[in-house]
Amino acid sequence: MHSSKTAWRVTAAQAEGKTKSRRKFRSGDKELTFLALPAAIYIFVFSYLTMFGVIIAFKNYRYDKGIWGSEWVGLDNFKFFFLTEKAYIVTRNTVLYNVWFWIATTFCALLVAILLNEISRKWSKYYQTVMFLPTFVSWVVIMYLAEIFLHHDYGFINRLLESLGGERIRWYLEPANWPAILTVAHLWKSIGFSALVYYAGIVAIDPSYYEAARIDGATRFQMVRKITIPMLAPLITILLIMTIGSMFRGDFGLHFFVSGNSPLLYNSVDIIDTFVYRALSVSGDTSMAAAVGLYQSLVGFVLVVAANYAVRKINEENSLW
Amino acid sequence: MNETALTRNRTGNAIIHLFFLLLSVGILAPFLLIVSVSLTDEKSLMELGYSFLPSRFSLVAYDFILRTPAALLRAYGNTIIVTVTGTLLSLLFTSMVAYTISRRDYRLRVPLTVYIFFTMLFSGGLVPFYILMTQYLHLKDSLWAIILPGMLSPFYVLIMKGFMGKIPHELIESAKVDGASEWRIFFRMILPLSTPALATLGLFIAFNYWNEWFNALLFIDNDKLVPLQLLLVRIMNTLDFLRNNSEYIQNLGLDMSQLPNESMRMALVILVAGPMMFVFPFFQKYFVQGMTVGSLKG
Repeated sequence: MHSSKTAWRVTAAQAEGKTKSRRKFRSGDKELTFLALPAAIYIFVFSYLTMFGVIIAFKNYRYDKGIWGSEWVGLDNFKFFFLTEKAYIVTRNTVLYNVWFWIATTFCALLVAILLNEISRKWSKYYQTVMFLPTFVSWVVIMYLAEIFLHHDYGFINRLLESLGGERIRWYLEPANWPAILTVAHLWKSIGFSALVYYAGIVAIDPSYYEAARIDGATRFQMVRKITIPMLAPLITILLIMTIGSMFRGDFGLHFFVSGNSPLLYNSVDIIDTFVYRALSVSGDTSMAAAVGLYQSLVGFVLVVAANYAVRKINEENSLW
Repeated sequence: MNETALTRNRTGNAIIHLFFLLLSVGILAPFLLIVSVSLTDEKSLMELGYSFLPSRFSLVAYDFILRTPAALLRAYGNTIIVTVTGTLLSLLFTSMVAYTISRRDYRLRVPLTVYIFFTMLFSGGLVPFYILMTQYLHLKDSLWAIILPGMLSPFYVLIMKGFMGKIPHELIESAKVDGASEWRIFFRMILPLSTPALATLGLFIAFNYWNEWFNALLFIDNDKLVPLQLLLVRIMNTLDFLRNNSEYIQNLGLDMSQLPNESMRMALVILVAGPMMFVFPFFQKYFVQGMTVGSLKG
């Protein structure tokens, strides 16, 4: 509390001393600053202090010695991570899942949104409500839902396979099927929202385009191809760039819970987020976890800045800053 | 429109409706399955597996849980405390700071905005956060460990700022002429005017607290402080342990059939997640507003 107040006084003094053309710090400004103070302190503690905490990545952190007492080890934690195969696997998985989820989501959401636009508002509302239900379900609950389908002995799919004369599959032990399973889970949870984004985009298109096309005798399919999709192209681009910006972050809940955190699946489901969590809370490799976290944050930062730069080039209106 | 085009249109519509009906069934299937499993007799579950209609109807699972509801009720209590406290504090902090940066005449507007939004670009990561929470703030095994981390998000600030920026500046000016302080203006005028935005955002925040499991997983070990979502995680973990060590347990002389079984687990999931599944869809409209605004520039 105290340090923030003095910091404010310093800034205020600087502001007053700097230029006479700039407005003075009035009593209203002082009151507004007090309004902002709780949030400013909160952000300082939870965001800026933890940014400073990245020095743990360059130390051999021990809980009994604390951040200051722990010994410096240079880049050893990074070496330890990057020399293992794990670095490649989790980076590859994180990026590939993001790219693939973007492709799958865009395709499905566009399809659903275009079809919603073809039917009456009343029906499209009903369907949207159903598609929105999974949005409200947590990944923990989805873990149970997935298990009902995939359980080895009682699972719906294995029983179905058996009744069709096939053999049971050990879902939680065989990594090969998991990219597909995670895709289904991801789409199931997110389709309602992503379809809605595109649907809102379609509804906003000027109807006179469609009227003109109809007079010229265009079919529905032609209208979708020549009007809807080109008109949605900017929206699709923006969402792509946002995906690129968060390419190094995955959905922890999806990868951790839906797979049941089964060690045999790590090669195909593990992402940076789940790897860091396990290194911290299961294997107790605190400093290495910090190093991997910093690697993720740094690359993420570069990607966000690059993505924003790209947006500015295309359309300044849509850039973050 | 001529007649062939009209019939073609009708077939087209029928195909689209068929598509959506199949999609809806697919989306609802997991819900139907879990309800069915929770209502099925345990023995017939073991024999016939999970299916969409209970092979033998039974309410034993619910009866069993509701006869000793202490753990479930405590988890509900914890989740309610976290959700109510968290949402109120979050709304207060968020609206206070969002108001200051929505005021174009505020002297520190630009530096404060940069200060807030830089945190969206770079973060220290999980480990410094964990060490801050446990070693410096000593929040291990405290409900504050669930309330504090998600309390103020730059996204929430962005949404509120977007709304408050639309309040006419003349209103504020005239209040000032009447001699009102900034505090008074904020609490007596701005907050009441922002009720719609506060309701939308509050609902969104409450939903996030209700479904929170990540911080609970990291920081809560004490049985008495377990919120709903963590209760489900723990039950799954216990069961995995029992399954993987069934021989060991039999050696101890414990009877596996006395331990939490399949239909009971699913009944518990329904008792945990069910009530909110009925409540939240009614607010779908506001969710959509909150989520779409959050993804746009303020």
